[in-house]
Amino acid sequence: MKAEVDLNRRKALKAGGSMGLLALFGGLGLLQSGAALAEWNKAAFSAKSMDDALNALGVIIPENSATAIQLTVPEIAENGSVVPVSVASNLADIEQISILVDKNPNVLAASFVIPQGTEGLITTRVKMGQTANVIALVKAGGKYYRVAKEVKVTAGGCGG
Amino acid sequence: MGNPMKIRATAKDGVTEVKILMQHEMETGLRKEADGTLVPAWFITEVKAQYQGRTVLDGQFGQSISKNPYLLFRFKGGAVGEKIAVSWVDNKGDSRTDEATIAA
Repeated sequence: MKAEVDLNRRKALKAGGSMGLLALFGGLGLLQSGAALAEWNKAAFSAKSMDDALNALGVIIPENSATAIQLTVPEIAENGSVVPVSVASNLADIEQISILVDKNPNVLAASFVIPQGTEGLITTRVKMGQTANVIALVKAGGKYYRVAKEVKVTAGGCGG
Repeated sequence: MGNPMKIRATAKDGVTEVKILMQHEMETGLRKEADGTLVPAWFITEVKAQYQGRTVLDGQFGQSISKNPYLLFRFKGGAVGEKIAVSWVDNKGDSRTDEATIAA
């Protein structure tokens, strides 16, 4: 926990302003109360690459874990503008579920804070500009887990 | 003030399943009109679901979420006849809150 806080503090110094403060509070778990809606994470949602998105989400090194997370996506999407994505996990103490598409202009599609009592399950629909990997990122018990699956897109969803 | 959401909530074996269909253009800000002008970004940024004042889901969206966003999640508890409230905020500051009664 100490190491994580220190890392966040370093990020806070680097980013400065409210974003950094948010990362610091996130690290301390103050946002877990669910009382206040966290400010929209502009840095993460504007990220153009996986690395940038993971950094902005405060992810250190996600563990590749296909057994802990079930990611359900179609193998082939005929319409890239509506691709169903389902993320399910039975990990204990799930805190956060994020969905990323590695070749989209903005890689982070959605991020959910999972309060206590809510199951580790999210189904939604994303846009995909081209054939790419859909990545599910799950934070549970302070650790990050990820799983990726490729979706072949036959017609793009951006600008058609 | 956006268009109303469609919300279905069903309770079974102590777990409530919530399905939400929001009505929103979800413009990425990257799409161009036929004349080449860029369509400005317009998308939902935050979604929150509450049951009896308790937050059961707190989500953030980016531009990659499809037009008319769909969301499914489940939470423990939730009694038939009680209400669940879902709200969203978009990047232009527009917002909407809708309620649904939990069915069996």
